[in-house]
Amino acid sequence: MSKYTEDDLKKELETKEYEYGFYTDIESDTFPNGLNEDVVRAISKKKEEPEWMTEWRLEAFRVWQEMEEPDWANVNYEKPNFQNISYYSAPNKKPKYNSLDEVDPELLDTFKRLGISIDEQKKLAGVAVDIVMDSVSVATTFKKTLNEKGIIFCPISEAIREHPELVKKYLGTVVPQRDNFYAALNSAVFSDGSFCYIPKGVRCPMELSTYFRINQAGTGQFERTLVIADEGSYVSYLEGCTAPSRDENQLHAAVVELIALDDAEIKYSTVQNWYPGDKEGKGGVYNFVTKRGICEKNAKISWTQVETGSAVTWKYPSCILKGDNSIGEFYSIAVTNDFQQADTGTKMIHLGKNTRSTIISKGISAGQSQNSYRGLVKIMPNADNARNFSQCDSLLMGNNCGAHTFPYIEAKNKSAQIEHEATTSKIGEDQIFYCNQRGIDTEKAIALIVNGFSKEVLNKLPMEFAVEAQKLLEISLEGSVG
Amino acid sequence: MSFKDKLLSSYIALEDYLEFDSPLHDIRNEAIKNFEEKGFPTKKDEAWKYTSLKSLLKPDYSVYSNKERNVELKNVRKYFLHEIDTYKLVFVDGVYSSFLSETTHDTLDVCLMSAALNKSKYKPVIEAYFNKTAKSDSLTSLNTAFTKEGAYIHIPAHKEVEKPIEIINFSTGNEDAIFLQPRNLIVVGENAHVQIIERHQSLSNNEVLTNSVTEIFAEKRAYVDYYKIQNDVSTASLIDNTYISQQRDTVCRVHTFSFGGKLVRNNLNYFQHGEHTDSTLKGITILEGKQHVDHNTLVHHTAPNCESHQDYKGLFAEASIGVFNGKIVVEKDAQKIDAFQQNNNILIDDKATINAKPQLEIFADDVKCSHGCTIGQFDEEALFYLRSRGIGLKESRALLMYAFANTVLESVKIPELKTRINKLIANKIGVSLGFEL
Repeated sequence: MSKYTEDDLKKELETKEYEYGFYTDIESDTFPNGLNEDVVRAISKKKEEPEWMTEWRLEAFRVWQEMEEPDWANVNYEKPNFQNISYYSAPNKKPKYNSLDEVDPELLDTFKRLGISIDEQKKLAGVAVDIVMDSVSVATTFKKTLNEKGIIFCPISEAIREHPELVKKYLGTVVPQRDNFYAALNSAVFSDGSFCYIPKGVRCPMELSTYFRINQAGTGQFERTLVIADEGSYVSYLEGCTAPSRDENQLHAAVVELIALDDAEIKYSTVQNWYPGDKEGKGGVYNFVTKRGICEKNAKISWTQVETGSAVTWKYPSCILKGDNSIGEFYSIAVTNDFQQADTGTKMIHLGKNTRSTIISKGISAGQSQNSYRGLVKIMPNADNARNFSQCDSLLMGNNCGAHTFPYIEAKNKSAQIEHEATTSKIGEDQIFYCNQRGIDTEKAIALIVNGFSKEVLNKLPMEFAVEAQKLLEISLEGSVG
Repeated sequence: MSFKDKLLSSYIALEDYLEFDSPLHDIRNEAIKNFEEKGFPTKKDEAWKYTSLKSLLKPDYSVYSNKERNVELKNVRKYFLHEIDTYKLVFVDGVYSSFLSETTHDTLDVCLMSAALNKSKYKPVIEAYFNKTAKSDSLTSLNTAFTKEGAYIHIPAHKEVEKPIEIINFSTGNEDAIFLQPRNLIVVGENAHVQIIERHQSLSNNEVLTNSVTEIFAEKRAYVDYYKIQNDVSTASLIDNTYISQQRDTVCRVHTFSFGGKLVRNNLNYFQHGEHTDSTLKGITILEGKQHVDHNTLVHHTAPNCESHQDYKGLFAEASIGVFNGKIVVEKDAQKIDAFQQNNNILIDDKATINAKPQLEIFADDVKCSHGCTIGQFDEEALFYLRSRGIGLKESRALLMYAFANTVLESVKIPELKTRINKLIANKIGVSLGFEL
C-alpha cells in the first residue's frame, strides 16, 4: 500500500466531486435466491469492487460456511433458511406510490404522531418527491461544510472505490470476518452502508446520519458501517429510522465498526424501530447486528440506543478499551411489546490502564415479550485502575412478559473497581393514582412514568432524536395497559 | 481408560450387590444412563464456563472401598465442634465409622443412608423423598447411580433438635487417589427445627475428589440452619450439590465458608413450593495460592409472597480464582417476591481473578428483585486511618477483612461455631489480632 498522507486525502477531496449518497445508484434487479461463491462474486462485481475486496468477501464466505448459527441467546425463533434469501436486491428506482393517498393509512398516522413533516413522510413512505425538496438542498449545504473540513461521508461501496487505502486499512479490524456467524455472513454479502472518516483534529460540525438513506435504499438487509475518527477528532453519528419500516425482509444483519484513534471521540446513537410483527407475533424483522468500537489512547466511544422494533433483536454494541485512559459508554433503552424478543447489552473489554466504562441499560417489557440484558465487563491483567459502573433496570408490565439479566463480570487485575446493580420492578399503583388524581389518564400516566424511568438514557440522545424517541416509546407501549 | 469409562464399568460391578427389585434400582439405572449420555461437564457448558474439571479427572481414583478404616480420635478431634455436645455422623473414606460417630433413633433419626436404603422401616420415607428434588445434571446423576452411603436425617413434626448434627467426611490417604460420593437425605418435618454442620477433611496429601449430593426437604413451618465448612488440604477437591425443597412458611439458611481445597464447586439450589418461604444463602470465601472456588446458586420462586437473601463475600489473594454465578428465577404466579442478591469481592493480588455472573430471570410483574455485584480493593483511606493509629499494615488489612466479611459471620447462630470460623479466618489471613471479634 502506498503511503497515504493527510495531504493526499485533502487533495483528493478537493478534486473529487462526491455525491452525498442518499441514493445508491444501481440498476433495479434481484438475484435469484440462494448463496454460493458465484453470488458473492456477482455482488462484488455489481459494486464494481477491486479484486482485494472480492477476495475479502470470499474469505468471509468460506469461513461462514463452516460456522454454525449461534443459539445461546435467550430468544426463540424459526431459523431463517439462508438459501431461501435473495442476497442482492437493488432498490427499484421507480417510486412505490404516486401520492400519499395510496400509502397505508396506519403508517401515515404514525408519521403524523411522530411529528414528521409531509415532505419527509413522502420520502419515508417511498413516494416520489420533487428533487428540489428541502432536505436535499440542506444536504448540499452540509456537503460544502463537510468538504471544507476534509470529512469523508459516503456510501461504503463508493469508499471502496474512492478511498481504498482507508477501507483496506480498517475494514474488518474491529469485527473480523470470522467474528461470528452473522458478521461473517455480512462480510460476504454486504450490500451497502456508510463510510465516514474524520481527519485529525477536526470536530465534525453536525450530526452525521444515515437516517434518510437507509429508508431510501429500501433497507439493505446487510449494511456495513465503518466510522474512523482520526487523532483528536470528534463525530456524532446517528443511525436508524424513527418511523416503522414496513419491511418484508426477514433478516437484518448489519455490522458497524468504530475506530477512535488517540484522543478521538465517537458518539453513536441508534433509534431502531423495524417492523416488530403483528399482535399475534407473526412476521417482523430479525435484527442480528454486530457493533463494536475500538478506543486508542484517551479516546472515547459512546453508544446510545433506543430499541423498540424488530421481532427478534440480538445486538451487543461493544467497546474495546485498548488505549490507556480510554472511555467506553453504553446507554440503552429496549422496549418489547406483544411477542417481541430482545437479547441486547454490551461488552466492555478493558485492556489499557485507567480505562473507564459506564453501562446504563433500561429494559421495559409488556405483552408477551421477553427482554434480556446480556453484558460482559472484562478487566485484563494489564488494565490497572480500570473502573466500571453498570446499572440495569427492568420494568415489567403485566405478568405474561419476562425480564432477564445475564451480566458477566471477569476481573483479572486487583486494582479494578467494578460495580454492578440490577433491579426489576413494576409501575407502582400509587404512582398511577397520583397522576390520575391530577387529571392525567392512565395511558398518559404510564407514558410519563416510562419516560422518567428512561430519562438517563434519553438525555444522552441528540435533541431532535430524543423528542422522537420519547414519542416512539409512547407508541410502542400503546395498548399494553390492561 | 478414561475416568468416565472406569465409572461406567464399575457401575456394572456394583449392580451385582444391589437390590434388584426395589424401585431404587430403576432410579440408578436411569441416572447412570443419563451420566453416560452427558458425561462430565466441560467449559462449553454455560454453567461450567469458568470452571474446568479436566485436571481433576486425570488421577487414577479408586472408586469405592469397603473396608472400615479407623482413625485415632486424638488426631481428628480438632475437626469436630468439640466445645459442645453434638450428634455426629463420621465417614472415613466413604465408610461409616461407628467408633467416631454418635447417632440416635430416639424420637428422631440420625443414622446412615445405607441403613435407610435397606430397612423396610424407612421405605415410605425413601420412596417419598429420595431423588425427588435433585436435578438430573450429569454429576448429580453420577452420584445417584452410586448411592451407597451418607447421612440420613429425619426429624419428625414439632421436634426441636436440642443439639447440632455434624456430618464429617474424612479421607485417610490409604489409597493414592480416592473418589468419594456421599449421598445425604435430610427430611425436616412440620414445625421442626434443626442445625447441621457439614465438613469434608482430608488427612493426607493424596488426591481426593468428592462429588457429594445432599437433598433437604423442609415441610411446613420447618426451620433448617445448615453450615458448610470447606477448609480442606490443597490436594482435595469438592463438588457439592445441594438441593433444598421448601414448603410454605419454612426458613432455610445455608452458610458456606470456603477457605481451603484445590477446587471447590458449590451447586446450591433452592426450590420454593409454598407461600411465605424464606431462603437465605450466605458465604465467605478466602482463597490463596492456586485455589479455585465456584459458587453456583439458584433460587427458584414459584409461589407468591416469598423472600430470598443472598450475600457472598470473597477475598482473593495470589493466583486464586473465584467464581460466583447466582441465578434468581421468579415464575409468573410468584407475585410479591422480595429477592435480593449481593456479591462483593476484593482482589488482593495481581494474579487473582474473579468471574461473576449474577443472573435474574423474572416472569412476574409485581416483584422486588435486585442484585448488586462489586469488585474492588481495600479502601486506602480506611487503611491509612488505622495505620495512623499505630496498627500495622497486616493487622489493618485483617481488620478490614473482618469488617468486610462480618455481615455473613454475624448471622451464624451457633456461638462456638462462630468462634471457630473466626479462628479459621485469622489463621487463613495469618494474623492474630490478640482479641476475639
